[in-house]
Order: sequence, then C-alpha cells, then structure tokens
Amino acid sequence: MTTVTGSNFGDTPVVPAKPDNYLTHGKTISSWLLTLDHKRIGIMYLITALLAFFIGGMLAEVIRTQLLVPQGLVFHGTGSVASSYAAYRYYNQVFTLHGIIMVFLVLIPIIPGALGNFALPLLLGAKDVAFPKLNLISFYLYVAGAVLAIVSTVLGAVDTGWTFYTPFSIQTESYVVVMVLGIFLVGFSSIFTGINFMVTIHKLRPPGMTWFRMPLFLWSIYATSLIQVAATPVVGITFVLLMMERVMGIGIFNPALGGNPVLFQEFFWFYSHPAVYIMILPAMGIVSEIIPVFSRKHIFGYEFIALSSLAIALIGFLVWGHHIFVNGQSAELDAVFSFLTFIVAVPSAIKVWNWLATMYKGAIVLKTPMLYALSFIVLFTIGGLTGVVLGALSEDVVLHDTYFVVGHFHYVMMGGTLIGFIAGLHYWWPKMFGRMYNERIAQWTCVILFIGINLTFFPQLMVGADGMPRRYASYLPMYQPYMIVSTIGAYIQLVAFLSMASYLMHSLFYGKKAPVNPWGAASLDWETSSPPPHDNFETTPSVGDPYDYADLVFDSGINGYVRTEKPADSPIPVTARH
Amino acid sequence: MSNAVAMTPTEEQVAREHLAHHFDTPQQQFDAGTLGMWMFLATEMLLFSGLFCAYAVFRATHPEVFRYAGEYLDPVSGLINALILLTSGLTMALAVRFAQTGKRFALSLCLALTMLGGVAFLAIHAKEYFDNGQAKLLWGTHYAPKVGPNGKPIAPIVGTVPLTAKPKPVTSAGWTQLDSLAKAGFVVSHSDIMPAPLGPSGVARAQKPAAPQNPFQPANVQIFFGIYFLMTGLHSLHVIIGIIVIGWLLIRSLRGEFGPGYNAPVVYVGMYWGVVDMVWMFLFPLLYLIH
Repeated sequence: MTTVTGSNFGDTPVVPAKPDNYLTHGKTISSWLLTLDHKRIGIMYLITALLAFFIGGMLAEVIRTQLLVPQGLVFHGTGSVASSYAAYRYYNQVFTLHGIIMVFLVLIPIIPGALGNFALPLLLGAKDVAFPKLNLISFYLYVAGAVLAIVSTVLGAVDTGWTFYTPFSIQTESYVVVMVLGIFLVGFSSIFTGINFMVTIHKLRPPGMTWFRMPLFLWSIYATSLIQVAATPVVGITFVLLMMERVMGIGIFNPALGGNPVLFQEFFWFYSHPAVYIMILPAMGIVSEIIPVFSRKHIFGYEFIALSSLAIALIGFLVWGHHIFVNGQSAELDAVFSFLTFIVAVPSAIKVWNWLATMYKGAIVLKTPMLYALSFIVLFTIGGLTGVVLGALSEDVVLHDTYFVVGHFHYVMMGGTLIGFIAGLHYWWPKMFGRMYNERIAQWTCVILFIGINLTFFPQLMVGADGMPRRYASYLPMYQPYMIVSTIGAYIQLVAFLSMASYLMHSLFYGKKAPVNPWGAASLDWETSSPPPHDNFETTPSVGDPYDYADLVFDSGINGYVRTEKPADSPIPVTARH
Repeated sequence: MSNAVAMTPTEEQVAREHLAHHFDTPQQQFDAGTLGMWMFLATEMLLFSGLFCAYAVFRATHPEVFRYAGEYLDPVSGLINALILLTSGLTMALAVRFAQTGKRFALSLCLALTMLGGVAFLAIHAKEYFDNGQAKLLWGTHYAPKVGPNGKPIAPIVGTVPLTAKPKPVTSAGWTQLDSLAKAGFVVSHSDIMPAPLGPSGVARAQKPAAPQNPFQPANVQIFFGIYFLMTGLHSLHVIIGIIVIGWLLIRSLRGEFGPGYNAPVVYVGMYWGVVDMVWMFLFPLLYLIH
C-alpha cells in the first residue's frame, strides 16, 4: 500500500541547492519570536526547556554535593543548632527550586512542547496545528511562568518543597504567591497545548489516516493532552486557593481558621499524580516510534500500545490517594487506592512486553536513538516496579518520605521521561536541523549516562529502604557510603550531559548534512526534506502503514533510506545493519 | 459555516477569506474551533469543580455552619440574578441565530441586551458584597458580625482565643533558645511531639478539642463565607470577561463583519456565555437555598 507513496521523493535530490526551509524562511528576530510555525515554536520550547533543565540540573549537583558528608558540605552551620538551621534553610530552597523547575518547567512541557510541536503536524502530514496563535500564546504563558519563577527566587526563594503542602506554605516567609502564580500560568500553557493537540488530531488527520493507522506517538500525545485538559484546571484552582490563603486569609486550607490542610493534598495530587503520566506517556510514544524503526520490523500489538496509553490516562486519574496513605486517610480508602495503583501498572507492562516482542527476531540497529530507547525500557522498568512496591499499602507506611521514594521517581522521571526525550531528540535531530551528530560519541555518551543514572539512583533506593528520610540536609554517618556513590553518579551524569551538549552544538555547524530519511522510518515526518520547508510538505503525502519498512532500502550514496517498489514478500533488507 | 442557512456566492467568498492556510474547508475550520471551544469550556467547569468539591467537603463536615450561615444570604436577590442571567442567555442565543441569518441590526441589539444583563447582574451582586462587608460577613479573621441571621445580637464567645490567620512563623529564634538550653546542660534531644495515638495504619488521628459552646452561632462560620466569596467571585470574574468579549463582538457587529458566511466568534462566545449562565444556576441553590 505504501509502494506508490514515495514515488515523488525517491527522485528528490537529497540536499537541493540552498532550499528554503523553515529555519531560513524568515531571518529577523521577530520572525522567530512572533512565528506561528509549529516547528519554530517547537524549537523555542526546546531552547527554553533545555535552559531550565540546565539550571535544575545544576541545582541537583548542589544537592548531591551537599550530601557528600553527613553534616552537609555546602550548607552547614558553625556548630550551634541555630546556625545549622539558618544554613539548612538554603538547602530547603535549593531542593524546592530543583523540584519546581524540573517538574513544571522541564518534565511537563519538554516533550509535548518541543518534540510534540515539531513532530505532531509532520506525523499527520498537516501544515500546522489547529490553532497556531493559541500555540504561540501557550509558549509565552510558559515563558511568563518561568520569569515569575525567577522573580520569586530573587525576592525570596520558596522553601516548601515542590508540593507546597499547607499549612507550611501559608506560614513560610518566602514568595510563595509569585511562584504559584508562575506555575498557574505554566498550567494554562499546558492546557492550551493539550486542547490544541487534541483538536489537531481530531480534525486535521489526512484522508486515509484512521485512528488505528496513526503513528503511536500521536496516540500517546492524545492521551497526554487528555490528562492536561482534564487535570490541570484542578491544580489551577488549587493554586488560586493557595494564593487566596496568603493574600486574603480565606481559610479553606488553614487549620487555624477552621480549614482542612489535607484537602490541599487531595486537590494537589488529583492533578500531580496524573501529571506524572503527562510526563511519561509522550516518552512512551517516542519509544514506540523508535523501537520498530531500529528493529526493522513492524510494531507488535499496535492496538494494545495505542489503547494502553488511554488506559493509563484514565486509570491515572483514580490513584492520587496513594500519596496520602499516611496523612489521615481512612484504611478503606487506602486499600482502594492501593488496588487501583496496582491496576495502573498493567497497561505500562503491556507496552514494555509489546516493545520486547517488536524487537524479537528483528534486525536491531544500535544507533543512538535505539540505545536510549533500550535504556528507557530498563530504567523505566526499575522505576515502575519500585512504584508498585510503594503502592503496596504496608510497604508504603515504612517507605513513605524516604529516599526510596526519591529513587523511585527519579528512575521514572529521569530514566523514563528525560531518557525518552533524549531518545526523541536524537531521533528527530536530523529532521529538526538537517545535520547528523557524531554517532560514535553519541553512543558512548548514552552508555555513560546510563551508568551515571544507575549509580545515582540505585543507592538511593537502598538507603531509603534503610530508613534515610528525604529532604534532609544532614544524615546519620551510616548512610554515607551510599550517598558518596550517588553523588559520583550525579557527576558522571553531568559529564555525559556536557558531552551531549557539545556534540549536538558541534553538529549544528559542522555535522554532515542529513538525508531525508536517515533511519528508514516509514511515518510521514520522514517524507519531507531535512529540515522541512515552511509549509512542511511540497505535496500532500499519501498515508500508508507507518510501521511497514518492507520497501525502504538503505542507499549508501546518500547515507539514508529510499523507497523502492519491492515485491511485498521481500525479506528484511540486510543493508539495514549498515 | 453553519448548515442552517444556505450561503450565497458572495457569502461563500467571505467564508473563504476567513479560512486559515492550514484548513481545507471553512466547515473543517469551524468544527475545529467548536471542538476547541467545548474543550476549553470543559476546563472552565473543572476550574469551578475544585470549588464545588471544597463546598461538598465542608458542607459534609460542617452541616450546621452551612445551615446557619446560608440564612444570612438574601434568596430574592439571588433569584433576580438568576432570572437576569437566564434572560441574557436567551438574548445571546438569539444573537447567534441572527448572526447566522445575517440580521445585523437584531444581532447588535441582542448583543447589547446581553451586555446589559451582565452589568445588571454585577450591580446587584456588588450591592450584596457591599452589604456583606458592612455586616462583617466575610472570610477568615474578617468574619465578625454583630447580629445573627435571625436579627438577634450575637454574644461574644467566652474563653476562646480569637482567630489568627497565621500561626507564628518558624524562625531561628526558637532554635537559639534550644541552643542556650543545651549550653546550660539541659538535654534537648527529646521531642515534644506526642506519640501517635493510633497504630497500624500509621495514622495519628487528631483528638478534637471540645468546641466552645456558643448558643448563638456554631463554630467556624467564616468557612462558609470563604467559600461563598470564592465561588461567586470566580463566577463574577467570568461575567466581567464575558461582558468585555461581547462588547468586542458588538463593535465588530456594528461594523457589519458577521453574516451567514462568517459568524464563528459569535457562536463561540455564545457557548461561553451559556456556561457562565449555567454555573450560576448551580451556585444559586447551593448558596442561597440551604435548608
């Protein structure tokens, strides 16, 4: 069915002489800042989110350095309790900022904002998202939120933890209102992005692309958007209430005024637990795209992967109570939430098994995106299984608020979301910028990063099981060996990220020109030139099976794949192993 | 646009002029906009749902407060406001219809009437807020009425601590005190925190202190007014935004921009105004008609 599709692009010269692409379409600053082109908005998201990631990452290194010695290496007192208290407040501010930046400015927006914006219309064969102006507004709401976060930090950094639990967040003398207002704006950016993507997928699918012929990344973005639209308003109103507490003393969450502080936790987690699926689902979508391409084999269990995304989105709404197990919830509710938490692990496991089945007997090519996708499977599985451990009621009572929790969600967020994002970044990098990065260095960087992540977070699981509480600026000497290993891991990660930043920057200027289809993918985003023209496609591409690689063969002349009209029963091309 | 009216060739031309480059047909563009608007309105409902949820929780845990405080509110003004909003909902729906059929004068008139309804609603509501302020029927520590809903004076509660919004912030001063104690040879390692009274689930259930008995009013009435001002305030904010947007439609309508070929903004704002009306139809009985 796809045999006709490529007839026009097989003839296209790979690097036409100075073609007009979206990067060169307008050259003024305002052509970038006021652009309505989804690809440029995606690049602006990418730059902003990576900047935020750099700041959040540096704060993480400060945290790890602090924990090298039991009394704290960076912030510590001069011997008296009072001086320790004053010093440790800075530590509270550092981990709070690390959490807020990473969750609200990096993990939630980075994949939908950067990769989703860039790739979603391309995967649909569309010219743009449904509401380009709303898309730009989303981006600026995100920037405004980030600016308010900076303002709040300069005025008086928040020390509540990223969860803003009441009543401490009402009492603390830091600029909670400004920070929360910033997150409120970022939340609306997220809502608008979600609405935009859902409407785009509903209304702008090309003729012939039925729901079950969409690339799986679109399914995962759709499920993500569903959560963004349905959960974010609740945290919006929660943060409005928190602002009202501080500004007007409205009293809903303030026990001193007859309010209910646990209600804040219920509201907060009603959003913030589904929010972790906002973070992980797009990463799963990216992995679902990459694995079949680099296994040169059709995706296994398409419908199951597609529908499990929706299942995660829906069940994810029903598990928030597992954050409140020990905070005054009735035992009956505890049991129900614990059971539902187990259930939500099932669709995730379905995805993992389908990825493994896709690879089975495939011709696996260990290029960088595939290496990251494989890392994702390993790290996400560790993160997911430790999540089930925490979902078990009796164990959670012991492990609640220990480093085990920290290790668990860093495995999922860092090892899942960020590794998935990096996989996608490497996968679409040639399409985004038209340049290839140095494959060998990129592969080694992936290995180093994988080692670094495990060294950082596995000792945290162990030390947490030993009883070390999270968010402490100092600890008992018995935990020091774990903490040292964890910190070494964090430094190794830093090395890997610096390496990644340098080879990616290098590739922008000195990288080889990217072919139209360097990986041999069959989805529509690889039917247009690298980088794509302003309007995405010279001619409207026709829709085929996005996972049928039978007629794609490697052409060493252009270092990329081209479509040939092969008989349908031809074997997997051996050249794929190139 | 709408299938309701067949378009003349010039109107089809108008529809084409408003077609963005990434859509194929005006119908596709209109459908995308409608779907997007419905989803946005769903998020608006979810924004209110947090407050409805808080209302449900506090009403379940403090039924006596809602019973008592609800009688302070005047159901007549709430009912008048409901009727005003219902009427403005009708004029807005008519405006949408007149935009689709191209009756420009009737469209402008209906938009103006809808705005008028919104302003009247706000005026009556402002009067209520003003009266509440005069009678100190406010949230948190600002709640200090002199008379109860039955008109009898409220006796001061004897022997209770007055409400304070902020407990003392944690400062290093307390720690300094501990420091000096430690230097004086006291052992400060023991915690003052009481051990958990309940065991296996790890949950320490707070013992409720005996509430001060006041024969004239229940404790924590201020919570009702906190919720009342939050819900009606957020709703009024939506009414204000609605009036501004309808004003913008009115200007465009007077310029003759809307007709059978192009009327999407009127339709979308009409949907928004319908939701704003509907929220009041829930708020009115929940706040004014408690029995």
